[in-house]
Amino acid sequence: MAVEYDGGVVIGADSRTTTGAYIANRVTDKLTRIHDKIYCCRSGSAADTQAIAEIVAYQLGFHSIELDEPPLVETAANLFRASCYRYREELTAGILVAGWDKRKGGQVYSVPIGGMLVRQPVSVGGSGSTYIYGFMDANYKPGMNKEQCMEITAAALSLAMERDGSSGGVVRLASISEEGVERRVILGNQLPKFSTH
Amino acid sequence: MEKHCTDSRVKGVSTGTTILAAIFDGGVVIGSDSRASMGGEYVSSKTINKVIQVHDRIFCCMAGSLADAQAVIKSAKFHLSFHSVQMESPPQVIAAASVLKDLCYKNKDELQAGFLTAGWDKKNGPQVYVVSLGGMLISQQVTIGGSGSTYIYGYVDAKYKPNMTKEECLQFATNALALAMGRDNVSGGVAHLVVITEKGVEHVVVPGDKLPKFHDE
Repeated sequence: MAVEYDGGVVIGADSRTTTGAYIANRVTDKLTRIHDKIYCCRSGSAADTQAIAEIVAYQLGFHSIELDEPPLVETAANLFRASCYRYREELTAGILVAGWDKRKGGQVYSVPIGGMLVRQPVSVGGSGSTYIYGFMDANYKPGMNKEQCMEITAAALSLAMERDGSSGGVVRLASISEEGVERRVILGNQLPKFSTH
Repeated sequence: MEKHCTDSRVKGVSTGTTILAAIFDGGVVIGSDSRASMGGEYVSSKTINKVIQVHDRIFCCMAGSLADAQAVIKSAKFHLSFHSVQMESPPQVIAAASVLKDLCYKNKDELQAGFLTAGWDKKNGPQVYVVSLGGMLISQQVTIGGSGSTYIYGYVDAKYKPNMTKEECLQFATNALALAMGRDNVSGGVAHLVVITEKGVEHVVVPGDKLPKFHDE
């Protein structure tokens, strides 16, 4: 998931990759760097999203050198959308593009399966996301600061990981702002607990 | 990436639905939305009541195929009142749940219906039971069901606390139903809620425009 705040974005993901019932990687990093201040959250087929992210990172790097300035988040999002839409029949990729640029500050763009592109202040994705739509609708308020965004992201991911068999492991968080990128990991025993009943 | 769509693939009229039951201090709240749809494209009823009274202080919510659920409940009501006459006392909530479970389990190949049973009896106080699609019966403090329930698992896990007051529990149930109806296109309409305590039964209907509104992305 990804959340915008005034001055940047907070992104988060679980760390489980599965092949059927086997957890192939329980410490996956699904927050992938596309450029210095642009990251993407990958969901769907790990192979598809890794391939697309590599291609977009290359295209964006080249574009940035041509421009001689840091690329826009919207540009990165459009590059993702172009690949995801053109090859929509072959791909299973749901991607959140989030980052900071000088023109529009923190932005979150959602490129779900099928290749649509939409900017949203908050976006959740992946198999566990269905379980936390209600929680996010109830708890997200516009105008939250960075720490609040971190807390709500960690809480929402914990709730989803508890209910979705394909999600689990640790919570990886990152915040992207003008100052740079700050990454955190919250281990299983440190995750927020909710009253078990 | 898997989608939980078992309810909405039912043929014919289905209660693509959101149902919920929760225990509070002294009683239980059971509630549902009011939409019946055909195939997810046509709303065949905006105001159907999915909370059915099977005995004085025992109510059921149905999910899945509307036809199957109505047939099972009709049969269950009969069995339960017969049982109550034999025992010469009001039936226990678990008796109602067991009758539903038997019907669902023995006819599991033909039926596609799930139930929440909630009520109050003298022996065990407020209780909530879930009978799932194949006929499993379990008891829980709070439970949700239907296609709209997937969207509120996180909210319910975070928000439900044991031993809430009646007002807190009613607000929790209304919020949960409103959130689910906001995200699930086959749930909607009004929120039907029933509060069951030792003293009696209270119906609360929250029309669509009075439902709490949440921040939409």
